[in-house]
Amino acid sequence: MNNSTINWFKYSSPASFYPLAGRLIPWFTAITVILIGVGLFLSFFVAPTDYKQGEGYRIIFVHVPAAWMSMFIYLIMAFWAAMGLIFNTRLSAMMSQALAPTGAMFTFLALWTGAFWGKPMWGTWWVWDARLTSELILFFLYIGFIALQGAIDDTRRADKAGALLLLVGVVNIPIIYFSVKWWNTLHQGASISMSTGSSMASIMLNTMLIMALGFWAYTIAVALSRVRSIILEREKDSQWVRELPELKQ
Amino acid sequence: MNLVEFFDMGGYALYVWSSFGATAVLMIAEPLLLKARRKQVLRRLKRLIRIQTEEQS
Repeated sequence: MNNSTINWFKYSSPASFYPLAGRLIPWFTAITVILIGVGLFLSFFVAPTDYKQGEGYRIIFVHVPAAWMSMFIYLIMAFWAAMGLIFNTRLSAMMSQALAPTGAMFTFLALWTGAFWGKPMWGTWWVWDARLTSELILFFLYIGFIALQGAIDDTRRADKAGALLLLVGVVNIPIIYFSVKWWNTLHQGASISMSTGSSMASIMLNTMLIMALGFWAYTIAVALSRVRSIILEREKDSQWVRELPELKQ
Repeated sequence: MNLVEFFDMGGYALYVWSSFGATAVLMIAEPLLLKARRKQVLRRLKRLIRIQTEEQS
Protein backbone atom coordinates (compact mmCIF):
# COMPACT_ATOMS: atom_id res chain seq x y z
CA MET A 1 0.00 0.00 0.00
CA ASN A 2 1.46 3.40 -0.87
CA ASN A 3 1.72 6.13 1.70
CA SER A 4 -0.84 8.50 0.24
CA THR A 5 -3.79 6.19 0.89
CA ILE A 6 -5.43 6.30 4.27
CA ASN A 7 -5.14 3.09 6.19
CA TRP A 8 -8.82 2.49 6.92
CA PHE A 9 -8.10 -0.66 8.86
CA LYS A 10 -6.28 1.42 11.40
CA TYR A 11 -9.64 2.88 12.41
CA SER A 12 -11.24 -0.52 12.68
CA SER A 13 -9.38 -0.93 15.94
CA PRO A 14 -11.44 0.37 18.87
CA ALA A 15 -8.37 2.01 20.41
CA SER A 16 -7.90 4.38 17.48
CA PHE A 17 -11.59 4.76 16.62
CA TYR A 18 -12.59 5.85 20.13
CA PRO A 19 -10.70 9.18 20.09
CA LEU A 20 -11.58 9.79 16.43
CA ALA A 21 -15.30 9.40 17.25
CA GLY A 22 -14.85 11.79 20.16
CA ARG A 23 -13.39 14.43 17.85
CA LEU A 24 -16.14 13.99 15.24
CA ILE A 25 -19.17 14.23 17.57
CA PRO A 26 -19.09 18.06 18.11
CA TRP A 27 -18.90 18.64 14.34
CA PHE A 28 -21.86 16.43 13.56
CA THR A 29 -23.80 17.93 16.46
CA ALA A 30 -23.23 21.42 15.05
CA ILE A 31 -24.24 20.31 11.53
CA THR A 32 -27.38 18.70 12.98
CA VAL A 33 -28.45 21.82 14.85
CA ILE A 34 -27.88 24.08 11.83
CA LEU A 35 -29.61 21.81 9.29
CA ILE A 36 -32.63 21.00 11.45
CA GLY A 37 -32.92 24.66 12.51
CA VAL A 38 -32.95 25.80 8.88
CA GLY A 39 -35.20 22.86 7.96
CA LEU A 40 -37.78 23.71 10.61
CA PHE A 41 -37.80 27.36 9.58
CA LEU A 42 -38.41 26.39 5.96
CA SER A 43 -41.01 23.79 7.03
CA PHE A 44 -43.23 26.30 8.80
CA PHE A 45 -42.46 29.73 7.38
CA VAL A 46 -41.27 29.34 3.82
CA ALA A 47 -42.87 26.23 2.31
CA PRO A 48 -46.31 27.29 0.97
CA THR A 49 -49.65 25.78 1.99
CA ASP A 50 -50.53 22.72 -0.08
CA TYR A 51 -53.49 23.24 -2.42
CA LYS A 52 -55.01 19.87 -1.50
CA GLN A 53 -53.92 19.08 2.06
CA GLY A 54 -53.68 22.60 3.49
CA GLU A 55 -51.25 22.91 6.41
CA GLY A 56 -51.63 19.21 7.25
CA TYR A 57 -49.11 18.21 4.60
CA ARG A 58 -46.28 19.76 6.66
CA ILE A 59 -46.02 16.42 8.46
CA ILE A 60 -44.10 15.30 5.35
CA PHE A 61 -41.03 17.22 6.59
CA VAL A 62 -40.55 14.81 9.48
CA HIS A 63 -42.37 11.76 8.12
CA VAL A 64 -40.32 11.20 4.98
CA PRO A 65 -36.87 11.87 6.52
CA ALA A 66 -37.73 9.55 9.44
CA ALA A 67 -38.90 6.83 7.06
CA TRP A 68 -35.75 7.19 4.93
CA MET A 69 -33.53 6.98 8.00
CA SER A 70 -35.38 3.88 9.22
CA MET A 71 -34.35 2.11 6.01
CA PHE A 72 -30.86 3.62 5.62
CA ILE A 73 -29.86 2.78 9.18
CA TYR A 74 -30.93 -0.82 8.70
CA LEU A 75 -28.83 -1.05 5.52
CA ILE A 76 -25.79 0.39 7.32
CA MET A 77 -26.27 -2.07 10.18
CA ALA A 78 -26.48 -4.92 7.67
CA PHE A 79 -23.30 -3.60 6.01
CA TRP A 80 -21.46 -3.67 9.36
CA ALA A 81 -22.89 -7.12 10.06
CA ALA A 82 -21.44 -8.39 6.78
CA MET A 83 -18.10 -6.69 7.53
CA GLY A 84 -18.02 -8.30 10.94
CA LEU A 85 -18.68 -11.77 9.55
CA ILE A 86 -16.15 -11.41 6.71
CA PHE A 87 -13.23 -9.58 8.38
CA ASN A 88 -13.96 -10.53 11.96
CA THR A 89 -13.36 -6.96 13.12
CA ARG A 90 -14.53 -6.21 16.65
CA LEU A 91 -15.70 -2.71 15.85
CA SER A 92 -18.25 -3.81 13.21
CA ALA A 93 -20.62 -5.45 15.67
CA MET A 94 -20.30 -2.49 18.01
CA MET A 95 -21.37 -0.21 15.14
CA SER A 96 -24.49 -2.29 14.44
CA GLN A 97 -25.30 -2.29 18.12
CA ALA A 98 -24.80 1.47 18.36
CA LEU A 99 -27.14 2.16 15.44
CA ALA A 100 -30.02 -0.14 16.41
CA PRO A 101 -31.84 2.04 18.99
CA THR A 102 -31.69 5.07 16.69
CA GLY A 103 -33.02 2.99 13.80
CA ALA A 104 -35.86 1.69 15.96
CA MET A 105 -36.62 5.25 17.03
CA PHE A 106 -36.88 6.52 13.45
CA THR A 107 -39.01 3.53 12.45
CA PHE A 108 -41.35 4.28 15.32
CA LEU A 109 -41.45 7.96 14.28
CA ALA A 110 -42.20 7.03 10.66
CA LEU A 111 -45.16 4.93 11.86
CA TRP A 112 -46.29 7.52 14.40
CA THR A 113 -46.16 10.54 12.08
CA GLY A 114 -47.70 8.36 9.36
CA ALA A 115 -50.65 7.59 11.63
CA PHE A 116 -51.11 11.27 12.42
CA TRP A 117 -51.00 12.05 8.72
CA GLY A 118 -53.23 9.16 7.69
CA LYS A 119 -56.00 10.05 10.11
CA PRO A 120 -56.91 13.44 8.62
CA MET A 121 -56.12 12.53 4.99
CA TRP A 122 -57.29 8.90 4.68
CA GLY A 123 -59.68 8.86 7.61
CA THR A 124 -57.80 6.11 9.43
CA TRP A 125 -54.80 5.83 11.77
CA TRP A 126 -53.75 2.49 10.36
CA VAL A 127 -54.40 0.09 7.49
CA TRP A 128 -52.78 -3.26 6.82
CA ASP A 129 -51.47 -2.25 3.45
CA ALA A 130 -48.10 -3.39 2.13
CA ARG A 131 -46.15 -0.21 2.87
CA LEU A 132 -47.36 0.18 6.45
CA THR A 133 -47.12 -3.51 7.26
CA SER A 134 -43.58 -3.91 5.92
CA GLU A 135 -42.49 -0.82 7.88
CA LEU A 136 -44.02 -2.36 11.01
CA ILE A 137 -42.02 -5.54 10.32
CA LEU A 138 -38.90 -3.35 10.11
CA PHE A 139 -39.71 -2.05 13.59
CA PHE A 140 -39.98 -5.64 14.86
CA LEU A 141 -36.64 -6.47 13.21
CA TYR A 142 -34.95 -3.65 15.13
CA ILE A 143 -36.59 -4.73 18.39
CA GLY A 144 -35.75 -8.37 17.66
CA PHE A 145 -32.10 -7.49 17.00
CA ILE A 146 -31.81 -5.52 20.25
CA ALA A 147 -33.54 -8.28 22.25
CA LEU A 148 -31.42 -11.03 20.68
CA GLN A 149 -28.17 -9.17 21.44
CA GLY A 150 -29.33 -8.60 25.00
CA ALA A 151 -30.38 -12.20 25.54
CA ILE A 152 -27.04 -13.84 24.69
CA ASP A 153 -24.34 -13.42 27.33
CA ASP A 154 -21.36 -14.43 25.23
CA THR A 155 -20.54 -11.26 23.27
CA ARG A 156 -19.03 -13.05 20.27
CA ARG A 157 -22.03 -15.31 19.89
CA ALA A 158 -24.44 -12.42 20.40
CA ASP A 159 -22.64 -10.49 17.65
CA LYS A 160 -22.81 -13.43 15.27
CA ALA A 161 -26.49 -14.14 15.91
CA GLY A 162 -27.31 -10.43 15.58
CA ALA A 163 -25.38 -10.17 12.31
CA LEU A 164 -27.23 -13.15 10.85
CA LEU A 165 -30.60 -11.69 11.85
CA LEU A 166 -29.66 -8.37 10.22
CA LEU A 167 -28.56 -10.03 6.98
CA VAL A 168 -31.68 -12.19 6.71
CA GLY A 169 -33.93 -9.22 7.48
CA VAL A 170 -32.37 -7.05 4.80
CA VAL A 171 -34.79 -8.61 2.29
CA ASN A 172 -37.49 -6.47 3.92
CA ILE A 173 -35.90 -3.19 2.78
CA PRO A 174 -36.62 -3.51 -0.98
CA ILE A 175 -40.08 -4.79 -0.04
CA ILE A 176 -40.75 -1.56 1.88
CA TYR A 177 -39.29 0.60 -0.86
CA PHE A 178 -41.09 -1.00 -3.78
CA SER A 179 -44.30 -1.93 -1.92
CA VAL A 180 -46.13 1.08 -3.32
CA LYS A 181 -45.32 -0.14 -6.84
CA TRP A 182 -45.81 -3.86 -6.39
CA TRP A 183 -49.13 -3.72 -4.60
CA ASN A 184 -52.15 -1.46 -4.60
CA THR A 185 -51.54 0.48 -1.44
CA LEU A 186 -53.43 3.26 0.26
CA HIS A 187 -50.01 4.82 0.83
CA GLN A 188 -49.07 7.12 -2.02
CA GLY A 189 -46.21 6.36 -4.39
CA ALA A 190 -42.75 7.85 -4.08
CA SER A 191 -42.65 11.61 -4.54
CA ILE A 192 -39.03 11.36 -5.57
CA SER A 193 -38.05 8.80 -8.15
CA MET A 194 -34.60 8.04 -9.46
CA SER A 195 -35.93 7.63 -13.01
CA THR A 196 -38.47 10.42 -13.36
CA GLY A 197 -37.22 12.95 -10.82
CA SER A 198 -39.44 14.72 -8.35
CA SER A 199 -43.14 15.46 -8.54
CA MET A 200 -42.97 18.05 -5.75
CA ALA A 201 -42.55 21.80 -5.74
CA SER A 202 -38.84 22.51 -5.41
CA ILE A 203 -39.09 24.44 -2.11
CA MET A 204 -40.97 21.53 -0.53
CA LEU A 205 -38.45 19.08 -1.92
CA ASN A 206 -35.47 21.13 -0.73
CA THR A 207 -36.95 21.49 2.74
CA MET A 208 -37.43 17.74 2.95
CA LEU A 209 -33.86 17.11 1.78
CA ILE A 210 -32.41 19.55 4.32
CA MET A 211 -34.38 17.85 7.10
CA ALA A 212 -33.20 14.46 5.84
CA LEU A 213 -29.56 15.63 5.88
CA GLY A 214 -30.10 16.96 9.40
CA PHE A 215 -31.43 13.56 10.46
CA TRP A 216 -28.34 11.96 8.88
CA ALA A 217 -25.98 14.19 10.84
CA TYR A 218 -28.02 13.50 13.99
CA THR A 219 -27.77 9.75 13.42
CA ILE A 220 -24.00 9.92 12.95
CA ALA A 221 -23.57 12.01 16.10
CA VAL A 222 -25.68 9.77 18.37
CA ALA A 223 -24.28 6.54 16.90
CA LEU A 224 -20.71 7.77 17.51
CA SER A 225 -21.63 8.74 21.04
CA ARG A 226 -23.24 5.37 21.74
CA VAL A 227 -20.40 3.39 20.17
CA ARG A 228 -17.95 5.15 22.48
CA SER A 229 -19.83 3.89 25.52
CA ILE A 230 -20.04 0.40 24.00
CA ILE A 231 -16.29 0.43 23.30
CA LEU A 232 -15.54 1.39 26.91
CA GLU A 233 -17.79 -1.36 28.25
CA ARG A 234 -16.40 -4.05 25.98
CA GLU A 235 -12.72 -3.09 26.17
CA LYS A 236 -12.64 -2.27 29.86
CA ASP A 237 -9.86 -4.76 30.56
CA SER A 238 -7.46 -3.44 27.95
CA GLN A 239 -4.53 -1.21 28.77
CA TRP A 240 -5.46 1.69 26.48
CA VAL A 241 -8.82 2.14 28.21
CA ARG A 242 -7.14 2.29 31.61
CA GLU A 243 -4.81 5.01 30.37
CA LEU A 244 -7.59 7.28 29.05
CA PRO A 245 -7.46 10.77 30.57
CA GLU A 246 -11.20 10.64 31.37
CA LEU A 247 -10.56 7.61 33.61
CA LYS A 248 -7.82 9.15 35.70
CA GLN A 249 -8.83 9.01 39.36
CA MET B 1 -49.69 35.57 10.34
CA ASN B 2 -50.55 35.71 14.04
CA LEU B 3 -49.59 33.20 16.69
CA VAL B 4 -53.04 31.65 17.16
CA GLU B 5 -53.33 31.07 13.43
CA PHE B 6 -49.87 29.54 13.35
CA PHE B 7 -50.57 27.04 16.12
CA ASP B 8 -53.94 26.17 14.63
CA MET B 9 -52.20 24.90 11.46
CA GLY B 10 -55.34 25.41 9.39
CA GLY B 11 -57.30 23.03 11.62
CA TYR B 12 -54.60 20.34 11.52
CA ALA B 13 -53.04 21.35 14.85
CA LEU B 14 -53.47 17.95 16.55
CA TYR B 15 -51.88 16.07 13.66
CA VAL B 16 -49.05 18.45 12.83
CA TRP B 17 -47.99 19.09 16.44
CA SER B 18 -48.29 15.45 17.47
CA SER B 19 -45.94 14.55 14.63
CA PHE B 20 -43.39 17.30 15.15
CA GLY B 21 -43.75 17.06 18.94
CA ALA B 22 -43.03 13.33 19.16
CA THR B 23 -40.07 13.73 16.82
CA ALA B 24 -38.68 16.61 18.90
CA VAL B 25 -39.15 14.79 22.21
CA LEU B 26 -37.35 11.65 21.03
CA MET B 27 -34.55 13.48 19.21
CA ILE B 28 -33.86 15.55 22.33
CA ALA B 29 -34.23 12.66 24.79
CA GLU B 30 -31.86 10.30 22.99
CA PRO B 31 -28.73 12.53 23.23
CA LEU B 32 -29.54 13.24 26.89
CA LEU B 33 -29.84 9.52 27.66
CA LEU B 34 -26.54 8.93 25.86
CA LYS B 35 -24.85 11.59 27.93
CA ALA B 36 -26.14 9.94 31.12
CA ARG B 37 -24.99 6.53 29.87
CA ARG B 38 -21.46 7.78 29.22
CA LYS B 39 -21.28 9.29 32.69
CA GLN B 40 -22.46 6.04 34.21
CA VAL B 41 -19.96 3.94 32.23
CA LEU B 42 -17.07 6.22 33.22
CA ARG B 43 -18.09 6.09 36.87
CA ARG B 44 -18.29 2.28 36.83
CA LEU B 45 -14.93 1.90 35.09
CA LYS B 46 -13.24 4.29 37.50
CA ARG B 47 -14.49 2.25 40.44
CA LEU B 48 -13.39 -0.97 38.79
CA ILE B 49 -9.89 0.38 38.19
CA ARG B 50 -9.67 1.68 41.77
CA ILE B 51 -10.65 -1.68 43.25
CA GLN B 52 -8.15 -3.52 41.09
CA THR B 53 -5.26 -1.21 41.96
CA GLU B 54 -6.09 -1.53 45.66
CA GLU B 55 -6.02 -5.30 45.37
CA GLN B 56 -2.61 -5.19 43.76
CA SER B 57 -1.04 -3.03 46.44
